[in-house]
Amino acid sequence: MSRFLLLSCLLLTTLIVLAQGGKHNLGRVPTPEELQARDISVFPTGAGLPPGEGSAKEGRNIYVARCASCHGERGEGRGANPPIAGGLGTLKSEAPRATVGSYWPYATTAWDYINRAMPYQEPGSLSADEVYSVTAYVLYLDGIVSEGEVLNAKSLPKIKMPNRDGFVPDPRPDTRTQTR
Amino acid sequence: MRTASRRSFLIASSGLAALAAVPKSWGRELGEPVRPYGERSPFEKSQRFYRKSPIPETGASGTPLQDSYGVITPSALHFESHHSGVPQIDPAKHELLVHGAVEHPLILRLEDLQRFPSVSRIHFIECAGNTSGDLASTPRPNVQRSHGLVSCSEWTGVTLKTLLEEVGLKPRAKWILAEGADACRMARSIPLDKAIDDVIVAYGQNGEALRPEQGYPIRLVVPGWEGNVCIKWLQRLHVADQPSMTREEAAGYTDLMPDGKARMFTFVMEAKSVITRPSGEQTLHGPGFYEISGLAWSGRGRIERVEVSTDGADSWQAAESQEPRLTKAFTRFRLPWNWDGKPTTLQSRCVDETGYVQPTHDELLAVRGKNATDHYNGIKVWRVLADGKVTHV
Ligand code: HEC
Repeated sequence: MSRFLLLSCLLLTTLIVLAQGGKHNLGRVPTPEELQARDISVFPTGAGLPPGEGSAKEGRNIYVARCASCHGERGEGRGANPPIAGGLGTLKSEAPRATVGSYWPYATTAWDYINRAMPYQEPGSLSADEVYSVTAYVLYLDGIVSEGEVLNAKSLPKIKMPNRDGFVPDPRPDTRTQTR
Repeated sequence: MRTASRRSFLIASSGLAALAAVPKSWGRELGEPVRPYGERSPFEKSQRFYRKSPIPETGASGTPLQDSYGVITPSALHFESHHSGVPQIDPAKHELLVHGAVEHPLILRLEDLQRFPSVSRIHFIECAGNTSGDLASTPRPNVQRSHGLVSCSEWTGVTLKTLLEEVGLKPRAKWILAEGADACRMARSIPLDKAIDDVIVAYGQNGEALRPEQGYPIRLVVPGWEGNVCIKWLQRLHVADQPSMTREEAAGYTDLMPDGKARMFTFVMEAKSVITRPSGEQTLHGPGFYEISGLAWSGRGRIERVEVSTDGADSWQAAESQEPRLTKAFTRFRLPWNWDGKPTTLQSRCVDETGYVQPTHDELLAVRGKNATDHYNGIKVWRVLADGKVTHV
């Protein structure tokens, strides 16, 4: 091997190590397409929400066709399938009913969960527009949005959920600790 | 006695004595040949418990703690809890994406992960909802059903810290969102200080590959924290500046207090102990010697000591703790006991290395009310009846 070739080989290796960052030089760099396709994270600030939009008006049909058989006409739940609406004002009672509307602090959580996990047997089968629409419908069931309110990456994180201020950080230990 | 010796004399004279006096298992018969993968004796029937459900992919099965010895749970009996069933994953096709607030995003396959420096550590994993029936005063009849959503294994893998060093963190990195490859793409956010403290990306369990129910081919082990954050079938780690507020962290595993407020990010599973033998639905066969044995564990560190009461909490005796007492792992405790045949109760309480004392049911109820069913760690009391039957209280 010529000196020149050897040197350029060394340079190339160093560049690859830098590009990979790590000291072990294992794995491979994801392509932009791979990152785009696999990153479904959504944050309460709205970061990660994809383009698209929808309102409860469009959401109603999706809900009736794809959700109501398990969660009931009005989100009241059916058999082992949990309720997803109702229960507002019950959190201090003997029998609290924690639902999306009565309990969840962020509307982005509902969008994220429906996008990840619902419908139960066919998760990932809804388009972004459909997830916006059906999320709007679930919130509409509890009067949190109006029927025509359009939800998108801008408006969804701005919704103030009824129980937004209902959470406190972990105060434990909240029982005895011996002083040693 | 007299008849027995007369009988053995008769058999001895018949020449069949040697055969009749030894059980069949005392040899002489050829056994099974070697086999490629071992199974337990067909006489052993211990198994996980679960209730039949119309949505069987969402649910849990509990470890038979009453049958366990020592501190390791056999992988086949490790408790399960799933929200969308157990995916069957071909490790050759599985990839872990590490991205977000990092200098160099990476895709790692199992064979890559197995080339990093590795660690093996013994840790318990406990579901946040373990023993929830006790707070609600609907205690289950036996220790498997009351406490079975906790198990302890030796986990092998690469530390999350090693992987994060590999990708290089950007200054805004504060939380890691971990995501599974199950149908619901289970996702939980973990604060960075915990992520670089002791979290493992594990591929090994008790000396072999993870079981599918435990996240094969890779899972997170987040020592001492509620089981749900130990994401199974791990496919993505998203380094971010904030928690994602997924369903399980924003709602699912929060604890609702009597004033209507809920505690969020209650990650640690606090110190807890339970007597596994004798325990609910077992029977003492008359007065005499019994060894009381059980398990203790704490999400904050090592178990400092365990005490046992055999007289309704009037007095407590120090139990012997099996060494080594490992951090965030099961500690087995034992106490010799002579039962006088009278009805009584048995209970254990533990203290961990931070000085935290396992509380009573009433102490917990007083501060948390009866709706905070997750993260329950109250003292468990077993009742011994005059006929030797053991029941819950
Ligand atoms: C085949 C039945 C089924 C269908 C269809 C279905 N779900 Fe679900 N859903 C479930 C089950 C079961 C759970 C609970 C899963 C769990 O606990 O992990 C659930 C949970 C939820 C939750 C969270 C409830 C909570 O309090 O945690 C929401 C929100 C939800 N579904 C919305 C929807 C929407 C919107 C649709 C339609 C696009 C839908 N579901 C279709 C069965 C179904």
